[in-house]
Amino acid sequence: MGFFLPLKKVDEMNISSRQQRIVIIGNGMVGHHFVEQLINSEHNCHITVLSGESRLAYDRVYLSSYFSGKTAADLALTDEQTYQDWGVNAVTNAWVTDIDREKQVVTTKSGETYEYDTLVLATGSYPFVPPIPGNDQEHCLVYRTIEDLEAISASAAQSKVGVVVGGGLLGLEAANALKQAGLDTHVVEFAPQLMAVQLDPMGGELLKDKIEALGVQVHTQKATECIEAGETCRYRMKFSDGTHLETDLVLFSAGIRPSDQLARQFGLVIGERGGIVIDNQCKTSDENVYAIGECALWDKKIYGLVAPGYAMARAAVADIIGNEGEFAGFDMSTKLKLMGVEVGSIGDAHGRTPGALSYTYHNQPEGVYKKLVVDANKSLVLGAVLIGDTSDYDTLLQYALNSIALPDSPESLILPSSGEKPLLGADALGDTATICSCHNVSKGDIVGAIDGGCCSVGDVKSSTKAATGCGGCAALLKNVVDSELEKRGVEVSKAICEHFDYSRQELYHLIQVGKIQSFEELLEKHGKGLGCDICKPAAGSIFASVWNDYILAKQHQPLQDTNDTYLGNMQKDGTYSIVPRVAGGEITPDKLILLGDVAKRYNLYTKITGGQRIDLFGARVDQLPAIWEELVAGGFETGHAYAKALRTVKSCVGSTWCRYGVQDSVGQAIDLENRYKGLRAPHKIKFAVSGCTRECAEAQGKDIGVIATENGWNLYVCGNGGMKPRHADLFATDLDDATLVKYIDRVLMFYTKTADRLQRTSVWMENLEGGLEYLKSVVIDDSLGICAELEAQMQHIADSYQCEWKTTIESPEALKRFRQFVNSDESDSNIQFVTEREQIRPATKAEKFSAGKAIPVELV
Amino acid sequence: MQAQANIIAQWHDVCHVDDLVTNSGVCALIGDVQVAIFSVQLDGEENLYVISNWDPIGEANVLYRGIVGTLTDKIVVASPLYKEHYDLASGTCLERDDISVNTYPVRVDHDRVLIEL
Repeated sequence: MGFFLPLKKVDEMNISSRQQRIVIIGNGMVGHHFVEQLINSEHNCHITVLSGESRLAYDRVYLSSYFSGKTAADLALTDEQTYQDWGVNAVTNAWVTDIDREKQVVTTKSGETYEYDTLVLATGSYPFVPPIPGNDQEHCLVYRTIEDLEAISASAAQSKVGVVVGGGLLGLEAANALKQAGLDTHVVEFAPQLMAVQLDPMGGELLKDKIEALGVQVHTQKATECIEAGETCRYRMKFSDGTHLETDLVLFSAGIRPSDQLARQFGLVIGERGGIVIDNQCKTSDENVYAIGECALWDKKIYGLVAPGYAMARAAVADIIGNEGEFAGFDMSTKLKLMGVEVGSIGDAHGRTPGALSYTYHNQPEGVYKKLVVDANKSLVLGAVLIGDTSDYDTLLQYALNSIALPDSPESLILPSSGEKPLLGADALGDTATICSCHNVSKGDIVGAIDGGCCSVGDVKSSTKAATGCGGCAALLKNVVDSELEKRGVEVSKAICEHFDYSRQELYHLIQVGKIQSFEELLEKHGKGLGCDICKPAAGSIFASVWNDYILAKQHQPLQDTNDTYLGNMQKDGTYSIVPRVAGGEITPDKLILLGDVAKRYNLYTKITGGQRIDLFGARVDQLPAIWEELVAGGFETGHAYAKALRTVKSCVGSTWCRYGVQDSVGQAIDLENRYKGLRAPHKIKFAVSGCTRECAEAQGKDIGVIATENGWNLYVCGNGGMKPRHADLFATDLDDATLVKYIDRVLMFYTKTADRLQRTSVWMENLEGGLEYLKSVVIDDSLGICAELEAQMQHIADSYQCEWKTTIESPEALKRFRQFVNSDESDSNIQFVTEREQIRPATKAEKFSAGKAIPVELV
Repeated sequence: MQAQANIIAQWHDVCHVDDLVTNSGVCALIGDVQVAIFSVQLDGEENLYVISNWDPIGEANVLYRGIVGTLTDKIVVASPLYKEHYDLASGTCLERDDISVNTYPVRVDHDRVLIEL
């Protein structure tokens, strides 16, 4: 082994003799980052990647998402094609068996050899399995690679109970994976608390409570003595205190050990407890060999996180290409969600620095614990622990990393917001302050990007990559960019489009205060040009929110999107669908029969919607008035399915019929729908009302969700289904009917006034400075003194409601719009249907041309 | 569905000016060709534009139902289906170089709208 065939790899590559040959052993996240950085540097070199695994780099940080349906491909960070395009020779299943440091050649198991000028070891780490008798049985597994996950998955399928050994960060991740795999999950930890490295005992205790509340049993201070055959499960774990635990699967996640065998074998300097010793340039004891990531030992420390590994990769690349840059240790602060529990740890979380003082805030009912550790002079942040609420993490981290002087009352940084929490201004940060630690972007880099011509957060993001990793710094980045632009006299544009230099919120204000009633007037006073398909519908919507005129009135009609113009939802072939209001989803048999009868006579495709209504498809524009005349005569009203407005209030059947219901959810839903119908807003609004905590109406996925309690109603706000689901926030509890309506009035009108165009309540909430607490202070405590106005405005909307379809069919002028041609009664010959499952559907292009099959629409 | 230019174009009397909707569109049928007629108010004057009603991207006869406006110096309509903008004067699609719609000459005579096709 290790004696060379002619070096055919080198010939094959056809590389010039000048090119530096760089060989990287290992293609984990750090190895891949190294390759990426080297390619970006455009250094003249030839890169070979040798991966011992069967696949190229993938994201180990999100490994547990494999159990929630992600595939190996979803986790991949690169692919063969990308490496090929970069000119990188990537070899998988290439297990290196020999390194000849003198001749500078590595050999793989299959006998291939690769010459190098520079060798980079990125061999990572392996899971530590405690030396417990019985730890090598079939269902005793580790959690590190996709193959491990496949093994866990297979084992879980034959198991009911699973135990994770190790209550650190990775152990809890692994426990989450077992839980997602459907196992009755336990965590066994040797130390007296969870996450002992990052959290203080109080924080560990609270985390334990929260995780147990999620159904994972935590056993601390347990030393496993052996794993033997079980009675009720496959195995029994015996602990030193005489207790035991039965389980079908044991997953070890008790820390990592550096994979330093190769380096050890071939004579590089290794630390006492393992790890390849490196200097600040990430060089090993051999000047041609670097080591990066979890296999490397810097200042007697192994870094078991990806971010410091990335920093090492950058330092090594800098050294190779002759730039300055070094690895000088790494801040190990972390913020993460463990099984939905927010956990944050910064710096000296335990307060071990001599003289350190601490402040703590503990809110037991809400399960929030925060500890702030400061120095003896109370001038600097040394560390922090945050459980249950990590919203202060970014600010505290900036204080800690950049040694920013603390305000007079440091505790204000962790106390719940009373509106006075000092916000860390962008100007407080020095140029070296790290803004994005994922991509190591400093404030100076951002300032440089702006000097280089970037004019927006988007520009800066694509130029520096800041806020494109975990995204945790997005708010701070925006702060810095806005502040820098302002300093340069650049007005940060909130303009809605080229015709108005105003945001939607500003336009709303101008229209309301200036009593502006038409788009022409708005343009004349505040805009330029003719308007466009952005500002016209936005203005139309604001006019409706403020004045609530008939939306097809002559001055408003050209502003409306086609759906509003024709009071229907346009489909792909130019026909419309019709959704009459069915408040609360309650409908009489007679009304159902009428819908069926109309649908049948006009030959409309009929489908039940997700909002407990009935949608009739395939109506031509010229058929709409006749159809609605029948529906209105039968007692139906428009359902606003076409509008950015209140859509439906979904309900479960409630206490009237249901054995479990505690309030009349249907009655409440009907009342709410009738109050808010016709309210036009920045985007559509959906409600739901559930009659008990079983939540059959799925109210927590709605903009406004109401859930019955024994004592009244719980109000949830700003939830969303759809593309980016968001659970609604619990806003207030046990409300009576009048207070419920009062709060909804205020929330919705405040949203309508202040949101951006086409911004759902969920996104509005995410962007609301101060978030839920701020909204509560505005709506419940009336901190802005506007509640009376908000209520009065909502009352005006409710009082001025009209069914737009009823008004339309009574107006000969409005009806003129409902024809395909001004000069003919013919209908659009392109609208053709075929029959499928006993109903119509639009004919495909091919079907339209094979005339025999298509049935042209017939006039009714 | 595209209208082929007739070899001999002629003027067609399509409708009364009162049938038009200011700053919006209506549709007329000339032979088997659907045209979208837009009346755009500029500096107090009504300007008429006629383009094909066929949306070549959405593949439906809907352009007359789009919102009329300006983008920089061009007067445009936004397709109601996928919101591409068409220059009413030239018929070119602002988002797609390879796509355009036909335009047709239009004039008003004794309050009647005449289109050459």
